[in-house]
Amino acid sequence: MFTASDLRKGLKIQIDGDPYLVVDFQFAKPGKGQALYRTKLRNMLNGNQFERTFRSNDKFDRPALAERHMQFLYSQADEFHFMDLNNYEQIVMNREQVGDDVNFLIDNMEVDVLLFNDRPIGLTLPNSVNLNVTKADPWMKGDTSGSDTKPVTVQTGYVLQVPPFVEEGELIQIDTRTGAYITRVKK
Amino acid sequence: MLRPDGLKKRDAVLRALRQFFHSQGYLEVETPIRLPAPAPEAHIEPVRTDGWFLQTSPELCMKRLLAAGCDKIFQICRCWRRGERGSRHLPEFTMLEWYRTHSDYRDLMADCEELFLHLAAALGGERAVGGPPALTVDGRVISLTRPWERITVAEAFHRWGQVSLRTALADNLFEEVLCRDIEPHLGQAGPALLYDYPAALGALARLKADDPQVAERFELYINGIEIANGFSELTEPVAQRRRFVAEMETVRSLGRQPGPMPEPFLADLARLPPAAGIALGVDRLVMLLLDVRTIDEAVSFTPEEL
Repeated sequence: MFTASDLRKGLKIQIDGDPYLVVDFQFAKPGKGQALYRTKLRNMLNGNQFERTFRSNDKFDRPALAERHMQFLYSQADEFHFMDLNNYEQIVMNREQVGDDVNFLIDNMEVDVLLFNDRPIGLTLPNSVNLNVTKADPWMKGDTSGSDTKPVTVQTGYVLQVPPFVEEGELIQIDTRTGAYITRVKK
Repeated sequence: MLRPDGLKKRDAVLRALRQFFHSQGYLEVETPIRLPAPAPEAHIEPVRTDGWFLQTSPELCMKRLLAAGCDKIFQICRCWRRGERGSRHLPEFTMLEWYRTHSDYRDLMADCEELFLHLAAALGGERAVGGPPALTVDGRVISLTRPWERITVAEAFHRWGQVSLRTALADNLFEEVLCRDIEPHLGQAGPALLYDYPAALGALARLKADDPQVAERFELYINGIEIANGFSELTEPVAQRRRFVAEMETVRSLGRQPGPMPEPFLADLARLPPAAGIALGVDRLVMLLLDVRTIDEAVSFTPEEL
């Protein structure tokens, strides 16, 4: 059990059965009055974000969250299959649970699956991933249009901006947290 | 955490404060910081130590000194308030309080104006020469030219509150509306004096003679931050005891055990002439004068660094 005085940025609390991440926190106490614990919360199930103010006497349950290291096997339709390499146990996540991480998920990738009450609710990917460029406009040497980047499509269907010299068929490293291009990788 | 440069600036602020009050004929006093019975206030929780309490403010002893015949006194001391920690709160902090007899809250408002003009002149360096007195906070200029804006709590709720003052009080939303809707507007172009608080929110303040719905209490705001809280003192022991009992009941309703009734204070109150007193948060003042964004950057150590 948490009380309002435990609130701080990064704390995970449970409200009305859902897990929430405290993304912003401020303690306020205007003019000898009651203490206010002002938070910005993100629902860890649906990503909805909102502001809420708590008082000293408010209490919260600790959400039953756990992380499990697993390997991504394959996806079929909107189902994503993962396996625990220790006991070969498998779980399935849907497209909504995987969220934007679908852009960087490749077969055999090892990830951490976040579980709430033993149900998968999200993923933590490695910080970077190498993906094949499947579509890119050719680089015109001597192009003086002044453009510093161009869009390319990678094997997952994700589109990002890269330097003009990146060509179709090349392997590039991408930051999974920001979605940005890092560098070219030699195959 | 302040290191040599910042500590020098803080030292200059403390010296300028003492200089101001001495030049105005105030006596600097020291009173015990450990008390058997702190002022019962609903939302200020004292720290217990060996059966007694660390002071949450030197208020009661300061007023007993007025009752004993002092006219103008000030003190710069440490206070403790349990559970208060944020970007503008430390559970142990430095307070400046000054008290004067035969005065009311309007005199204290004028004191605030003069004190800041003195601070700007003493600390402002080149800026103080020539141009009008001002502070630079977060890249903006806050003019100290008198008179400062004076706005009643009722006016402020009417102007900025998403709900009326009456509704806010009835629904226990006073602090929330003040904090969310009103405070960000206060003290932007120049300092603001928010005054005439609802009677229930001034446990030790005198009620206004022509409007007993409000207490003669005010807060000084600069850049949206509460810097000082002052009021005309309640000098009636019977009324004061009644209010302390009500505050203690609120403390119990919040699940805490109040301390004992401060009897020697109530006994002395009968001898207190008309008076006014004010508490100013020194760490917040340093924060403002050093132009830093958190109270952590205005003190030598935060509790987390110990």
